Amino acid sequence: MRPLAQGSWGFPVGKRSHGVIFAFLLLLLLVAGVWALAVGQYALSLREVGEVFLGRSTETAQVVILGVRLPRVLAAALVGAALALAGAAYQTLFRNPLAAPDVLGASAGAGFGASLAILLSLPLLLVQWMAFLGGLLAVGLVYLVARMVRRHDPVLVLVLSGVAVGTLFSSGISLVKVLADPSVQLPSLTFWLMGGLNGVNAQVLPPLAALVALGALPLFLLRWRLNLLSLPDEEALALGANVAALRAGVVASATLMTAAAVSVTGIIGWVGLVVPHAARLLVGPELSRLLPASALLGGGFLLVADTLARTLAAMEIPLGILTALVGVPAFLFLLARGGRG
Amino acid sequence: MPQNPHRRAFLRTVASLAFLPLLGRAQGGARLTRLFGPPLRGPVRRVFVAGPPAAVMAYVLAPEKLLGWPTRLGQEALAYLLPEVRGLPVYGRLVGSSATVSVETLLAQKPDLILDVGTVDATYLSAAERISSQTGIPYALVDGRLTESAEQLLEVGQLLGVEDRARRLAAYARVALAEAARYRARSGPKPKVYLARTASGLETGLGGSINVEVIEVAGGVNVTAAAGRGGLTRVSFEQLLAWQPDLILTQDASFFQLARQDPLWRRLKAVQTGQLYLVPSLPFGWLDGPPGVNRLLGLRWLVRRLNAGVEPLDWRVETWLFYRLFYGLEPSAQQLEALLAGLQGG
Repeated sequence: MRPLAQGSWGFPVGKRSHGVIFAFLLLLLLVAGVWALAVGQYALSLREVGEVFLGRSTETAQVVILGVRLPRVLAAALVGAALALAGAAYQTLFRNPLAAPDVLGASAGAGFGASLAILLSLPLLLVQWMAFLGGLLAVGLVYLVARMVRRHDPVLVLVLSGVAVGTLFSSGISLVKVLADPSVQLPSLTFWLMGGLNGVNAQVLPPLAALVALGALPLFLLRWRLNLLSLPDEEALALGANVAALRAGVVASATLMTAAAVSVTGIIGWVGLVVPHAARLLVGPELSRLLPASALLGGGFLLVADTLARTLAAMEIPLGILTALVGVPAFLFLLARGGRG
Repeated sequence: MPQNPHRRAFLRTVASLAFLPLLGRAQGGARLTRLFGPPLRGPVRRVFVAGPPAAVMAYVLAPEKLLGWPTRLGQEALAYLLPEVRGLPVYGRLVGSSATVSVETLLAQKPDLILDVGTVDATYLSAAERISSQTGIPYALVDGRLTESAEQLLEVGQLLGVEDRARRLAAYARVALAEAARYRARSGPKPKVYLARTASGLETGLGGSINVEVIEVAGGVNVTAAAGRGGLTRVSFEQLLAWQPDLILTQDASFFQLARQDPLWRRLKAVQTGQLYLVPSLPFGWLDGPPGVNRLLGLRWLVRRLNAGVEPLDWRVETWLFYRLFYGLEPSAQQLEALLAGLQGG
């Protein structure tokens, strides 16, 4: 049996320093949260921001902080955590460092659902729900196809049908683009596909939080067993794991989180692919540490990216652009450092 | 080396001649129209439109010459248009990132003229050049700015051989534009306007964008103008709280509903004071969507919203007149009711 700890990506970290790393990640998330609450397009001094939480501020300051910024900050952290968790789960499941939350077509499906809703000029709430259902539908189809094909390696079949179904839904998006009204619907659709949190409000949060929690819970409960998925099937089976059931559980959890996140924010790339790698460089591949580290790091990362998106210019910068601009250098730095270690 | 002035002048002429086909010929004194490809052979009977503003232009001037639509129009929109255009095929758009018309489709339609109205920049000029030389079909590219509406109608009317009709429509455009120009020139503070697009209401156009042109032409200030010039953009709600526009306009019915119910949107002064308006969007938008001559009626309405002391209009009568004049159909009482409901504000 191969040792589980310290795959090719990990670098040796002592037990005690894990605690330090988690404390640091938590601190990072908190600092990012405070910073995000303090800055924005509506000019408020730090004192005014503080007074909101002491309950003696002006009404407008309350609306800005509690009605606009706080929901957005929480949503950014939730979405970042969800995408990073889904990415970490898939990278383990597929034993492939290139796996991302959209590998089974969840993003393409959500994009198709949303673009259909935009084409039909449906209200915002329905756009979000159709995106969510589109994501579930795409992955459902992938899973169905994979169940029917039994002669090949199940993981390979899952990935390949994910690529195929994802492509199908992507061309569906292109078709909707062609049919959409170019002056209103098409730009709106383009913005959606670049991602952004500007539409988040307090009403979105409870369902988003519930769905993300519903997806994250099984992953955390099964974290010890999920490590077995990084082994070849025969070895895992020999260790008494019900590989097929585990795999289904991971797919369902990751899909739920991805679809919920994407339905609120539009498509945000890079977070789910790269944050788990960064987390793995920090705490190693063992899932009981990798999952919480990914969630904290993903939440903090997206929070920083979104705060930049809404403060760098007078207009919103599409989030997908910033996650790449912020994420790539950070990732390359970590990679270079980790490599030396 | 001593330069021969004649030789230089000659070379300059040759050089400019070489570029001439690229730039297109201005047609018989026309200011806004660039013609590409071969000259028109006889009267134009079949017009292929390159995009939505051109479709509106061709429809209001000569609906019988329109070969098809660049975008799918819903049943609700078609109900405001003449029965003979309701069944026209949808060909898609000829130019731009999501162009879908193939050269073969274009050739199969045997158009006498390809018409495009809208932004004139290097992209559209080169597309016109390429398509006309590839197909051998005359191609007219017309500058589509709102303030030039009257001239556009006249120039395209001449191309299509419907000068009389063009003159009648241009007269309407002149009245609407002159009225706007009068109030725009007045000094004093101008109302701040936010044009909310799409169901979230958080997309809008920056200053200089053709999609929000009507606000400035009507004498208002686009709240986004401070943020820069350009195309369409997303904004955060926080930004709107900081701007506090005097007037919020939308053409999206579901956003109109949302904004009146959502506790956050109700925090905006404009929503509290009933200065949120659902502007009609059928068959074409009054403010945008597409940015064509369909905006003239919206302009007349907005001028009255933004400026005190403009002679009031009876909107039922004015809308009926405009729809009959431009779209060729008299809207029913029921249709008028539906169109004008959102102009009461909410």
